[in-house]
Amino acid sequence: MQIHKTRKFDSKKHGLHIKLKTSGLNLENNSRVGVIGSGPAGSFFSYFLLDLAKRVGINIQLDIFESRDFSAPAPAGCNMCGGIISESLVQTLATEGINLPPSVVQRGIESYTLHMDVGRVVIDTPLHEKRIGAVYRGAGPRGIKEKKWGSFDGYLQDLAMEKGAHLIQARIKDIGWDDKWPQIKTSTGLEKEYDLLVVAAGVNSPTIKLFQNTDYIPPDTTKTFICEYYLGEEGVENCLGSSMHAFLLKIPRLEFAAFIPKGDYATVCMLGKKINKELVQSFLENPEVKSCVPPDWNMNHKACQCYPQINIKGSKKAFSDRIVFIGDCGVSRLYKDGIGGAYCTAKAAATTAIFEGISAHDFKKHFWPACKRIEKDNRIGKIIFFAVGLVQKVRFARRAVFRMVIMEQKNKSGRKRMSMSLWDLLTGSAPYQEVFWRMFHPFFFIRFFWNIAVAVFPFKRKRFQKRTYGYR
Amino acid sequence: MGTGELGRVYQEGEVIIRQGKTGDCMYEIQDGKVEVIQEISGKEVRLAVLGKGDFFGEMAIFEHDVRSATVRALGEVRALTIDKRTFLRRITEDPSLAFRIVERMSHRIREMNRELARLKT
Ligand SMILES: Cc1cc2nc3c(=O)[nH]c(=O)nc-3n(C[C@H](O)[C@H](O)[C@H](O)COP(=O)(O)OP(=O)(O)OC[C@H]3O[C@@H](n4cnc5c(N)ncnc54)[C@H](O)[C@@H]3O)c2cc1C
Repeated sequence: MQIHKTRKFDSKKHGLHIKLKTSGLNLENNSRVGVIGSGPAGSFFSYFLLDLAKRVGINIQLDIFESRDFSAPAPAGCNMCGGIISESLVQTLATEGINLPPSVVQRGIESYTLHMDVGRVVIDTPLHEKRIGAVYRGAGPRGIKEKKWGSFDGYLQDLAMEKGAHLIQARIKDIGWDDKWPQIKTSTGLEKEYDLLVVAAGVNSPTIKLFQNTDYIPPDTTKTFICEYYLGEEGVENCLGSSMHAFLLKIPRLEFAAFIPKGDYATVCMLGKKINKELVQSFLENPEVKSCVPPDWNMNHKACQCYPQINIKGSKKAFSDRIVFIGDCGVSRLYKDGIGGAYCTAKAAATTAIFEGISAHDFKKHFWPACKRIEKDNRIGKIIFFAVGLVQKVRFARRAVFRMVIMEQKNKSGRKRMSMSLWDLLTGSAPYQEVFWRMFHPFFFIRFFWNIAVAVFPFKRKRFQKRTYGYR
Repeated sequence: MGTGELGRVYQEGEVIIRQGKTGDCMYEIQDGKVEVIQEISGKEVRLAVLGKGDFFGEMAIFEHDVRSATVRALGEVRALTIDKRTFLRRITEDPSLAFRIVERMSHRIREMNRELARLKT
């Protein structure tokens, strides 16, 4: 299958026609690779492609095009995200030799605090070790007073450049095909032709519309909400600590919300259906939310806010001859660990391009299975989120979950099936499939139904309420 | 420990892994130095000193055997644990993840060969 020639612009006329040396659909010495976007997907791809090329002894000329300046605060440098680097990604990157430095990680997360109307419970990291990082994708929110930490995307971009990637700070505004070679045209008038074009443009720019007359099928997306509050380092420490605060509240249309502690700021993230101002307001006014912020906090004093799109169903076709879509504009992990998803698809595309080839057939055989694995896992994730949605709606089910977690946290030696499932679900540390099998374990079911029975039975509930956990 | 530091801090002289014990993780040093020690007939022999960016304990991930050496903090050390399960799952999905580890292990064999040759001559 081939991407149809849409807007063919005459590169010879513009004087930048470069005759490519590659004859077949393989990367060879001095092949040219163009990468659109230097978010995590684009930078990971560039880093690994150049690393693998060096290992096999070929020289690749790689250009990354990026319109944002990650050293700039506010939207100019930010790829709108909660900024949680999952436990599994932190470990995988360390295995790759990429150790996230404290100059980029604003806070190591050591626990998750689950807030429900029936109470709150802290789930500690399994090894009592900080293996989750909270970062800013850019230089920080609008009006940032002091730049104490670097941008995560900027850090990855620097790693790619250290490997030899050439950064072109410009926006791609047109795509074309000269015979079978993809071409790009930037906002600054530069035109170039590549052996391989890698699209890592995410879902928050109009770039993927440039491919609308091709056989690329863009992912489904939905609107989310993010805002930043300045609390100061002490304020963040006192109110949130090094814990990510997740909320399972019965607010219509709200699926999930979190308060993420950073250095001087706290990030509020909301996922749900048709998120709008009213939904944001009803969440921020919730007493459980107010218990996490200083008494003089004003919810209208936001440093920054945005309504970015998130990938909720991956692209059905994200490759063709000499072109591949990675990260959010291809396939991503559902709701959690999108940066981990970007790493996986970027790495799969890089290994395919180096070891197998760059034809549609090569990508279908070697890159697409990695994407399908993520999509399959997302389908399981949807079932889990459906179950979580039910728990969110039914008070006695919320009580049962709360009770079960409290019991597990108190019992140091026993198996913590509910806590671990919630940990993995909230942090995105394990594939949804693993969480699913843990949740559908007979022991888990028996315990859960026992706790439901206890939560429903009024006498027991009263005792439970008085004695230990402070039900409201 | 600074707010943005990942991993866990071990104090001077603290044993991170002990020879003869079972283990199901490896460690990546984020900051500081560790010494790798082998206990032979009650005597300690220092095999190596590792620093930032080095890893240790990887043998437990590939072999079903006890730890072959003790690793102890030399001053304050910050290290990140990498779980066997996470590592093996990722490596089955993407075998190229093992390149760096194989590269380092091969480097260590090269050094051992050099040492062996020196001892034999
Ligand atoms: C509310 C919300 C919270 C999230 N929280 C988390 C979280 O806590 N942890 C996590 O792991 N994931 C999270 N995600 C998901 C995560 O943000 C994405 O999965 C991740 O950013 C995908 O990376 P990417 O490189 O594919 O795309 P992006 O990060 O969107 O990067 C695309 C890049 O391409 C550039 N670009 C686009 N078009 C052009 C063009 N024409 N020319 C030049 N450059 C261009 C953009 O400027 C941008 O830098 C969250 C997402 C949302 C919406």
